[in-house]
This record gives sequence, structure tokens and C-alpha cells, in this order.
Amino acid sequence: MPRARVLIRPKEGILDPQGQAVERALPALGFEGVANVHVGRLVELDVEDASRVPEMCERLLANPLIEDYEVVSIESHDQDAEVIPP
Amino acid sequence: MRFGVVRFPGSCDEVDALQACRRFADAELLWHGDPELRGADAVVVPGGFSYGDYLRVGAIARFSPVMEAVAEFAAAGGTVLGICNGFQVLCEAGLLPGALLTNSGRRFLARQVDLEVVNADTRFTHEAGVGDRLSIPVKHGAGRYYAPEEMLDELDAHGQIILRYAPGHNPNGSLRDIAGVSNREGNVFGLMPHPEHAVDPLTGSRDGGLIFASLAREPAAA
Repeated sequence: MPRARVLIRPKEGILDPQGQAVERALPALGFEGVANVHVGRLVELDVEDASRVPEMCERLLANPLIEDYEVVSIESHDQDAEVIPP
Repeated sequence: MRFGVVRFPGSCDEVDALQACRRFADAELLWHGDPELRGADAVVVPGGFSYGDYLRVGAIARFSPVMEAVAEFAAAGGTVLGICNGFQVLCEAGLLPGALLTNSGRRFLARQVDLEVVNADTRFTHEAGVGDRLSIPVKHGAGRYYAPEEMLDELDAHGQIILRYAPGHNPNGSLRDIAGVSNREGNVFGLMPHPEHAVDPLTGSRDGGLIFASLAREPAAA
């Protein structure tokens, strides 16, 4: 089954308190020069019919009023099964 | 007059809501798996963390069998009141406009706030007067009311903003200080504050009783 990966992020211009908290925490660890941090969600799913993923996003995975979504990769499961060395 | 109070897995305010309703009318609990409302005259969708609030607050509850019945009931003009998580569920279900986002201060809030009645010409608020100040508690992590600007203008123009936080009392960054909104038809109403926790002097305020009283009584003839 093909594997779909969906990125969901707060719509541009919507206050993102989580992103702000991360943005403020980074300089405390010595990471300077970081701006515009936004925190979203990643949804991965195996789907029989990948063409239906956008509809899934519209109806459940994202709330289009407040979130943007992006289907970032749809690949076969075999390719995805590549083992990443520790 | 009988209220039906929905209980989802993860609800936590349904018993307080039931007790609040019973001060003014009959009331019984409705289970989330029930595909019908057992003849309730008005439905309360209570606060809590329905289905763990997974994905987004309120996002999963709207697919429960009872919510299908609630949606049909609302479409036929039935009275539906959503409190806190119930408000979030009704927004996710498309029965109310807008969405509830994480509080601007990021923290979970539990405190008494003052509200102002903006529209008293509704089945939820006719026992109050415009400008009345109500003291009612909030307790939520995601109560920041959001809707796009044009939608906010429409809500304003059609009298759908029923309650606002009083000046200086907006606890969560809600746009235009909105604490509670109705749908265009006026039969579905959601609010973040908890009127069911403000019906007895023992807990500091009886102001929340106005909402249940309004639902239980016919509006006085003009």
C-alpha cells in the first residue's frame, strides 16, 4: 500500500503560541538567529487510494479554517522501509 | 420541557450540567453511542475532553452516533447548547462558525471571569438584559475564539455574538472578546465559560442559571 505523509501547520497569520514558546526557548540554549518557528503535526498513513488523501485532510486531518496541509510524500511501503542506522 | 445532556468518553462536566438543568426542568443523560435523543426538547453538549481531544479539540466527538442525531436535530431547528468542549465539538461539526485555538498565554486557565450579555433576544439569554454582567468561571486550555475577519463582521451584523468577556476579562485572547456565539438561525449556541458551575451561591455565583432558565421558560410576550 502506498504511504502518505501529511504536514499540517497553523495558517499563516494565526497566533501560534507553541511556535512562540519554542522560538523563545532556543536562544536560552545558545541557538541564536532563529525566527518564525511554527509547530504543526505530521500524519503518516498507508492508503489504498492515495488520491483520497486531500479529501481526508479537508474533512478530518486538518481544520481548513485554521490549518494548512501539504501532502509531502507518497511512496511505496518498500522504499519507505529503508533502515536508518542508529 | 426536558434537557438531554450528552456524555462522551472523556466528558467531565456532564453531571454538573445535568444538575444545573434539573434546577429548571427535567433532564437526562444521553450516551454518545445512542443514535437518537430520546425525545429531548433541548440538547446540552457538555465540557470535558471528549475522546481524549485527540487530533484537535472536539475533532473526534463529532463522528459519534449521538452527534449525527444532534446535527439532524439542529438542522430541524432544535435547541443545542455547547459548553467548553461542547462548544469546540459544535465548531468542529460545522454547527457553529469559527474555531477554538490554544489560549494565547499557552496555559490552562481556571478562574472566574465577568461576561457581558450582547444579545438578550435569544432562546438562551432572554432572561437576561443587554449589557448585564455575569460572573461565570472558565477552565480551558484551548478557548481562544477565532474566525476570519469577514466572518467576525457577519457574526456581529447578525447578532450572533451573544456573550463577550467584559473589558479586561478576556482570559485567552479570543478575537473581539467573544465568549459565546450562535449559528445564524439562533438555535445553536456555544460558549467557553461554564454556566453549569455557576448555579448555586455555594460556588460563588448563580449567574449561569440564567441560561438554563431562559431555555426552560418561554420568553415573556413583548
